[in-house]
Amino acid sequence: MKVILKNIEKEGYDGSIASYISEGGYEALKIALKKTPEDILSELKKSKLVGRGGAAFPTGMKWEFARNSKETPKYVVCNADEGEPGTFKDRLILENDPHMLIEAMAIAGFTVGASQGFIYIRGEYFKAYDVLTAAIEDAVKNNCLGNNILGSDFSFNISLYRGAGAYVCGEETALLDSLEGKKGQSRVKPPFPTFVGYQNKPTVLNNVETLSNVPQIILNGGDWYSKIGSADCPGTKLYCLSGDVKKPGVYELPTGITLKELIDTYGGGVDGKLKAVLPGGVSSSFLAADQLDVKMDYPSLQKAGSMLGSAAVMVVNDTHCMVDLAKRCTEFFDYESCGKCTPCREGTKRAREIFINMSQAAGEATDIALLKELQDVMYDTSRCGLGQAAMNAAGSAMDKFPSEFEKHITKKNCELGICPMEKV
Amino acid sequence: MSLEKCKKQLETILAGCEGKRESLLPCLHAACEQCGHVSEEVISYLAEKLDLPRVEVYSAASFYSMFSLEEMGKNVIRVCVSLSCYLKGSNKVIKALENELSITAGQTTPDKKFTIEPVSCLGLCDKAPAMMVNEEVYGDLTAAKIKDIINQYRQKEAK
Amino acid sequence: MASKMINLTIDNNKVQVPEGTTVLKAAKSIGVNVPNLCFHEDLSIYGACRLCVVEIEKHPRLEPSCATLAEEGMVVKTNSTRVRKARRMIVELLLANHPEDCLTCDRNQICELRKIAHDLGIRKLRFEKGRKYDYALDESSPSIVRDPNKCIQCGRCIRVCSEVQAVGAIDFVDRGGRTQVLTFLNKGLDNVECTNCGQCILVCPTGALREKTAVDDVWAAIDDPKKFVVVQTAPAVRAAIGEDFGMPAGSLVTGKMTSSLRRLGFDKIFDTQFAADLTIMEEGHELIGRVTNKGVLPMITSCSPGWIKYVEHFFPECLAHISSCKSPQQMFGAVAKTYYADKIGIKPEDMYVVSIMPCTAKKFEAERPEMNDSGVIDVDAVLTTREAARMIQEAGIDFTNMPDEDFDKPLGISTGAATIFGASGGVMEAALRTAYEVITSKTLEKVEFEQVRGMDGLKTATVDVDGLELKVAVANGLANAKVLLEQIAKGESPYHFIEIMACPGGCLGGGGQPIPTNLEIRKKRAAALYREDEGMPIRKSHENPAITAIYEEFLEKPLGEKSHHLLHTSYTKRERY
Repeated sequence: MKVILKNIEKEGYDGSIASYISEGGYEALKIALKKTPEDILSELKKSKLVGRGGAAFPTGMKWEFARNSKETPKYVVCNADEGEPGTFKDRLILENDPHMLIEAMAIAGFTVGASQGFIYIRGEYFKAYDVLTAAIEDAVKNNCLGNNILGSDFSFNISLYRGAGAYVCGEETALLDSLEGKKGQSRVKPPFPTFVGYQNKPTVLNNVETLSNVPQIILNGGDWYSKIGSADCPGTKLYCLSGDVKKPGVYELPTGITLKELIDTYGGGVDGKLKAVLPGGVSSSFLAADQLDVKMDYPSLQKAGSMLGSAAVMVVNDTHCMVDLAKRCTEFFDYESCGKCTPCREGTKRAREIFINMSQAAGEATDIALLKELQDVMYDTSRCGLGQAAMNAAGSAMDKFPSEFEKHITKKNCELGICPMEKV
Repeated sequence: MSLEKCKKQLETILAGCEGKRESLLPCLHAACEQCGHVSEEVISYLAEKLDLPRVEVYSAASFYSMFSLEEMGKNVIRVCVSLSCYLKGSNKVIKALENELSITAGQTTPDKKFTIEPVSCLGLCDKAPAMMVNEEVYGDLTAAKIKDIINQYRQKEAK
Repeated sequence: MASKMINLTIDNNKVQVPEGTTVLKAAKSIGVNVPNLCFHEDLSIYGACRLCVVEIEKHPRLEPSCATLAEEGMVVKTNSTRVRKARRMIVELLLANHPEDCLTCDRNQICELRKIAHDLGIRKLRFEKGRKYDYALDESSPSIVRDPNKCIQCGRCIRVCSEVQAVGAIDFVDRGGRTQVLTFLNKGLDNVECTNCGQCILVCPTGALREKTAVDDVWAAIDDPKKFVVVQTAPAVRAAIGEDFGMPAGSLVTGKMTSSLRRLGFDKIFDTQFAADLTIMEEGHELIGRVTNKGVLPMITSCSPGWIKYVEHFFPECLAHISSCKSPQQMFGAVAKTYYADKIGIKPEDMYVVSIMPCTAKKFEAERPEMNDSGVIDVDAVLTTREAARMIQEAGIDFTNMPDEDFDKPLGISTGAATIFGASGGVMEAALRTAYEVITSKTLEKVEFEQVRGMDGLKTATVDVDGLELKVAVANGLANAKVLLEQIAKGESPYHFIEIMACPGGCLGGGGQPIPTNLEIRKKRAAALYREDEGMPIRKSHENPAITAIYEEFLEKPLGEKSHHLLHTSYTKRERY
């Protein structure tokens, strides 16, 4: 079952407006423009679509909040700041099927009563930027964007806005600040963006993948969508397989597929002997090799002590040292922390230092307990998801592979010979 | 000097948008692309046009890793060092680049032709280890491939 | 309109607060002071230090009480195992960067971070192996020293600089653990649009910001037998310095201050208030001249050097509106080293003039190249109120039990009009008292002008001066000044005369005043100054006999040739971009 990649995986499909229209593109928008916003909201709610960015908030409810918000103007913002390491699904859509996103944003605009949309796109996505620029022009030429879209009285425009290299801007309120030309630092929530968003106006903010589901939901109905995949979190999901796997890539599969199926059936199996998996990027917790039967949806992974996040599935084989990987993960967060709140700014810095010490034979017996306490406090007090999740991977590595850490600390030994185990 | 190089682009972006802060990031991008960095002159110019304190423009420019306050090489090599690429040997990529260009990661060659910039995930994880040179994407890298790629750019420079 | 009341439970206590109250404030109302660092009542909510986190039922994570509004039925715990664990960890993380030099730190005794670490029972540093900052100090400014190594990134300095002062001289630079508070391209405070107001020092919770001290220079002068050392004290100092000796805010300690300074070894204890009266004579006549000769209006006061530097940077097109009068500090210096030096037969170069000021910008002002009209530097050293208190402490003087003594004559003679210079609106009121009588030749029935008093940032009034409707405005805090300046720049200012003080509340809230300084304390200091004014035998500057004498013996007349040379100055256009 393909909802999002149905065009992209078709041979000869080039993502142009002509090929999009020939595959039934912009039909959903036509239908939507004849419905009332309330009808669209009801289909969306029936579909049980939840945000694919990681927070899994019901999309229908989000749009309804924005629609009911009294303030005007309203905005639609697409989060195309794909930055979670191991995630490369949005790039695929942006470069290969841009009109699907444009159509979805127009439907969102019509539903919530916005006439301006923004796509906040990663600064490093040069090609996707060029493709989208051309696609927006084509959409305007074909009256799928602009004034009086498809003969209706609805007008909607989309502006592209480039990020500039800050992972934290994937966080929705940091993204909004960045979109306003400021540093990308999270805002205090509440109020949520659906009430106080871009320029303090009601704003619907959705991830590329989330929006990409919308045209098909409009065409086929919410009930149809809700029957795909697992019942409590239906639909398809784009899984990004990377790391030590034979066939890395983006796979669109119904939610509820098991991790084992994903890796073995679609990814061609592990490259080497499996050691651990990060199912939702470096913000998620490691799963051990014996946890592969977990279903790849939001609630199941949460129960398993991890999270689906953006579904960046990173496979780790047994040639890798977990202390080294914990160090690498905390280095990432230390580099990407916005620096605003104490626990994240200082916590990532100190965690990184401690893992470096461990890898250089300077670990101490008290380190594990201190890091666990630090993890708790960072989770409990950080201002945004970045700091709250920053210790997930490192913390779970310590939980699941305690003896490896133990050996580094007490025996000053990295059995895999990866850590230097001396002062560098 | 550096302002002259990008002033036209900045004026285009700012046309009708003076005093609008949301023009700042597009302007900083333009400055970096046209003159390899965000210079003092450019910051002062933008601060005045956007009615912001200079230090606020400086602050924003310093926050984003794509904006450089120091002059970058003509070719910016962005090497992903995030986990997916790391698992597939991004360390070796960095080392190969360092050997080839005789600089360390983060530096620019003395002839200002190349900069090695370790960056967070570029969304090329299925082609790990991966990097970008300017706007071009390179995946499944090996030391030998890197040598070839650099040589291509050297030849381009020589022409 | 009575606001809706919210009922919540905090630590098992039922609490009722108006809608819009933060949990932090609600907790305070039942006597619980939730520790905090980035919060400051004069500034916007920042919610970043995370020290004020509390547990709220049904919330998955701890919440910052400074940034969380009380909601109906909310159940809050401010003191649970979970909360204490989080708070301690956060302080430990801050201390991991922090230099361990509390014994020699400027903020020893009054550091908020030190107090919190003590209160939370932090007895061990678990991140002791961690690297500490190693940044260079910014000592470029004559007024303010920044030590980035002691910065905990609470952002209070940045917020006061941009929100209260509309200056924006500093901001966070870079990100993550590499974040630093810096000036533009790290040029240093002296090389950017910093006004030297020192409000950043007042709000800094640690020793990351302090005045550049002149204490040792002053000791050296006192100890130098060849120097005749005179000291002048600004009006706002007498209403605040007692706080540094544990006295309650609002204690008026003019007499104890005078006797303490005498014990320190100054040769003469004079009063900047004398020069304030002189300022009124000059400025009042300048105003009358501008009004009657259709000069540039509105005219704006020039006493506050932070304000002067602000206008030089931000509104250089408005410089013609600024009164050409030097500030009282500089008038004093010029007069002391000419009129008084001559009177007692001392060469200007053998006299050393020390100012005690509530202000850090005064240090910059004294160093301005224009301020050498006596032939040598007019004011040799400027001490803040805090530095003066430190000298008194160093000398072991029991300040609170000192006898009350008077200032020396003649430069210590002043009026109530001069006393209120220390409060926002005071210069305006003093000027009106004199201008009214000079213009109308009538006696002013009621000397108090209540409309221009108080802590409001912007105050306006229309005063009937015998048929002339004099429109006046008073601003304190540079963000408020900016509003009036923008009107002037657009040619839309309706005023004749404007008083501007850089600091909130006027000089009594100056950047050199005791720490803490906040709204409540500023109000008490103002009350003290107005109390002093009320008790003074003479309350109008032009009735000061010492002022009459100096014009008779030396200056001849306001705006005369000697005045022009010694008491007036000019301004410099400065860059902003």
